[in-house]
Amino acid sequence: MTNHWVDIKNADVILIIGGNAAEAHPCGFKWVTEAKAHRKARLMVVDPRFTRSAAMADLYAPIRVGSDIAFIGGMINYLISNNKLQMEYVKAYTNASFIIGEAYGIQDGIFSGYDAEKHKYDPASWAYELDKDGFAKVDPTLEHPRCVFQIMKQHFARYTPEMVSKICGTPLDTYKKVCELAASTSSPKRNMTIMYALGWTHHSQGSEMIRAGAILQLLLGNIGVAGGGMNALRGHSNIQGLTDLGLLSTSLPGYLQLPKESDVKFDDYMTRLTPKPLRPNSTNYWGNYPKFHVSLMKAWYGKNATNENNWAFDYLPKYDASYDIIKTFDLMFDGKVNGYICQGFNPLSSFPDTNKIRAALAKLKFLVIIDPLTTETSNFWQNHGEFNDIATADVKTEVFRFPTTCFAEEEGSLTNSSRWLQWHYKGAEPPGEAKGDPEIIGELFVRLRALYAKEGGAFPDPIRDLTWTYKVPNSPSPEELAQEYNGRALDDIVDPKKKDTILAKKGELLSTFAHLRDDGTTSAGCWIYTGAWTEKGNMMARRDNSDPWAIGQTLNWAFAWPVNRRVLYNRASADPSGKPWDPKRKLVFWNGEKNTGSDVPDYRPDAAPDDGVGPFILTAEGVARLFAPTGMAEGPLPEHYEPFESPLTVNHINPGKPLAFNNPAARMFKKDREKLGKPDQFPYAATSYGMTEHFHGWTKHLKGNAAIQPEQFVEVGDELAKEKGISNGDRVKVSSKRGHIEAVAVVTKRLRALDCGGTRVHQIGLPNHWGFMGLARKGFSVNTLSPSVGDANTQTPEYKAFTVNIEKA
Amino acid sequence: MSSLQSLDIKRRSATTLPSPQARETLEVAKLIDVSKCIGCKACQVACSEWNDIREEVGHNVGVYDNPADLTPKAWTVMRYSEVEEKKGEEMNFEWLIRKDGCMHCAEPGCLKACPSPGAIVQYSNGIVDFIEENCIGCGYCVAGCPFNVPRISKQDSKAYKCTLCSDRVSVGLEPACVKTCPTGAITFGSKEDMIDHAAERVVDLKERGYANAGLYNPEGVGGTHVMYVLKHADKPEIYHGLPKDPKISATVGLWKGVLKPLVMLGMGLTALTGFFHYVKVGPNDAEAHPDEPGDGNEPKVIRSSGPAQMEGTASTKQEGQA
Repeated sequence: MTNHWVDIKNADVILIIGGNAAEAHPCGFKWVTEAKAHRKARLMVVDPRFTRSAAMADLYAPIRVGSDIAFIGGMINYLISNNKLQMEYVKAYTNASFIIGEAYGIQDGIFSGYDAEKHKYDPASWAYELDKDGFAKVDPTLEHPRCVFQIMKQHFARYTPEMVSKICGTPLDTYKKVCELAASTSSPKRNMTIMYALGWTHHSQGSEMIRAGAILQLLLGNIGVAGGGMNALRGHSNIQGLTDLGLLSTSLPGYLQLPKESDVKFDDYMTRLTPKPLRPNSTNYWGNYPKFHVSLMKAWYGKNATNENNWAFDYLPKYDASYDIIKTFDLMFDGKVNGYICQGFNPLSSFPDTNKIRAALAKLKFLVIIDPLTTETSNFWQNHGEFNDIATADVKTEVFRFPTTCFAEEEGSLTNSSRWLQWHYKGAEPPGEAKGDPEIIGELFVRLRALYAKEGGAFPDPIRDLTWTYKVPNSPSPEELAQEYNGRALDDIVDPKKKDTILAKKGELLSTFAHLRDDGTTSAGCWIYTGAWTEKGNMMARRDNSDPWAIGQTLNWAFAWPVNRRVLYNRASADPSGKPWDPKRKLVFWNGEKNTGSDVPDYRPDAAPDDGVGPFILTAEGVARLFAPTGMAEGPLPEHYEPFESPLTVNHINPGKPLAFNNPAARMFKKDREKLGKPDQFPYAATSYGMTEHFHGWTKHLKGNAAIQPEQFVEVGDELAKEKGISNGDRVKVSSKRGHIEAVAVVTKRLRALDCGGTRVHQIGLPNHWGFMGLARKGFSVNTLSPSVGDANTQTPEYKAFTVNIEKA
Repeated sequence: MSSLQSLDIKRRSATTLPSPQARETLEVAKLIDVSKCIGCKACQVACSEWNDIREEVGHNVGVYDNPADLTPKAWTVMRYSEVEEKKGEEMNFEWLIRKDGCMHCAEPGCLKACPSPGAIVQYSNGIVDFIEENCIGCGYCVAGCPFNVPRISKQDSKAYKCTLCSDRVSVGLEPACVKTCPTGAITFGSKEDMIDHAAERVVDLKERGYANAGLYNPEGVGGTHVMYVLKHADKPEIYHGLPKDPKISATVGLWKGVLKPLVMLGMGLTALTGFFHYVKVGPNDAEAHPDEPGDGNEPKVIRSSGPAQMEGTASTKQEGQA
């Protein structure tokens, strides 16, 4: 979240799209009810299904699965063509005035720089036009034909309300109401928040959906302000923590990047990742990249990371391709992966194309399960009839199970959607032989290191030299791990401006990442978490909820990264002269001497309004990117592409252009592509989702949860049900080209048929909680049906839009 | 729930002894704001956890409602109704979600109908409680309830329903469902405060275009200690058959009146002869309470697990049955 849960109460308009907060985040949803009850906020819900969130909404708009970019694109067009922009904000705080080079263009839905063979873009042609000093050229009048504002205006002009209605199936009058209500927040005194979740990330163009939302919010001046923002509602209690700590195949902690194969030299690697400012005076905070990286390597390798060995650069793996889960299971399916350590993950249930996953697991020599529960994956080898039809005798995989603790049986921090690290304590001892995850991994490491010490082997250095100074080596404590990610001064840290001032003494825990150095005198295992555990103690354990500004800014409750800042880009809550846009919801403002307010300023405290610093300190521009010259796989502006399985045979925004039918930059393996269905066999759009009664596959192990949603079902619109002769409560078979499931039919008005440019589109809802383990009635993995294709940037699978057929079982 | 309460009893079934009156007790109420309820069922789970009751893992019967009905081990369930109504030229669709359970009537039909001394009590704070150890399982409370709430257990032939967590309330705590509700849709306090809070909510709902928003606190049973804020207070029946004008059934009235001495005598004889168990065979069906005659302009309740489908489940689908 750019903002935080409590801040939702400050919103005037709440747009839930690509998520179902009432259902999936019932506790956080209380802030929506707060905003409605005490600010007269209006709630809009855009969703293929009339969800529990929709039941709470003032305005509900149906949408065809996977068409969200067209929906938001049309809203952007509405704002521009009706002059409903917060223009002062747009001019000062976005790159609207930046001039793009002549080489940029888009034709037939394909941006310049496309390599059709590799399904990849070279973004060089999307770059700004630079002046002689290397700064981007700008036209503050926004009239230059190649300035971002004009390019964007032209790009989104194609998304007329009629076009949107054709693509999305949303009735025109409903769509107009959504546009009008959103546009009402272009006033500096009215703010809208966007709440989204997996309903946006689970698409082959999910990242661009989120960018579209961000563009909309920037045009309305709704980013960096109280009651505004782009708010990603995270699905697990600590999934934000997982992302922050970089548990992805090409990441390092704190959004640092693992070197690529092409990063042969350390200096080249640092140069590639250290941006230069694109405007004079911009903060360009990522310019500090080497400080974060070197501090990470000092945390990991201590004395073994030196200037001479490039801070142990050669100890880091260099990747040739992303080894995300889709790729890993594809390799496993091909017999190229022998062993798999599966920690807190249930791929047989959670990953697309269950039949492929099951076959892949059966090709392993060994599988290690680290989980508090018996999962479908841990028992993939057991035959459970139609729910898990496997020939057990043929499975050669040896499965090792390490029972671990549940969250309430361990101490530590959880990072929530608000970026708050909240410390929690152990509530109960774990049952039986269960051990905490650090203990299991610690034991594994200690034994591996001993084996390397004894037997040598190829390149033992990264294991041998790893810093491992925990008091009990086979069981690092949560306190030790937290202090490690926070970081320490390894020498006295001197203030560069006042040489006689020591900022942190040797050995002290650091209070801010501003004190990190690239000369090896600091360590930080995750630089964005620096400040979580300081010399003053465990900031994450703070529980003071005093709210002096009365807008929910409780700065002494837990710790929010970065540096306890609660709303990102908060300098944008004030106008360019430093006065709050809305004096009733002050975040950060210029008081004549410094930037101050109810939040930790996301800005240099002493930067005066006319210093031209820009409130988006992480970009090299200092302003937000309406147009992204770098960073996105499929183009600098969001463009609508159909899901990889679509009920339509035409992409209405680029008809007759097969290259631009699906996301041109998405990666799909050949054998997965062959398993894509066509509308003649699989005519219905399907989407999978969670329900409030359950948490993924976990809570089906609890009787209380199993009783309140006991049995697998699918949701079918009444019109389609009538056509197919399906009655409420009937057993139905739902199939895709990859397999089939059977479940009870819930026939409902909540899934209405949509008219998409003359095609009647029916949508089928597939709640995804059941399996063959646990106390609920046995069910099929819904992912038997979903395809193995991911978002072009993140490789997050397209769980939310594919096609199926349905018939009475 | 239990007779070991530190609450004064105002009324006691089949008893003529006077009630204690020295202590002044605040009249309490639970207010369920349907417009804030997301139907998450956390209240159902909290209820089962606090009261140590666990319904069996059942089946999906084509709706979200689960367990599909109130049972001796499910004292509150969420009811989901899909309602479509013509609004101008458009069809307006709503998904109405209502937490169902005992209404704790000021004039409790169950208590009036109950022939067993002290099996049903009303505390001076307004809570109506079943004291199971005194229950003879006759099912008259089921017949007496205008909301079709009590359920007789096949396991022990005793009647069960929501206690409004009388054990919690007696020590100054709110009911478990109130404590757990994530959106603040369920609030608890003095009846007076709840009526005031409801009035605020009604202003908000009217401002949003729900002209008929209002409080459900039906007069026919003397008001209730569980009240609803409804967006459509003029048509409570669209909320899964919430009765528009609930009244204690005429049969109960008769039994409490002319026939009472005769029946009491009969019951006493039965008790003496030790044939108590005969009366508990087959708990009585709840009487149907047809809605008020319509004006022809009601919204169409498209589908809910409503009375039409669930009728008779009180007697035919007892716990333990598949």
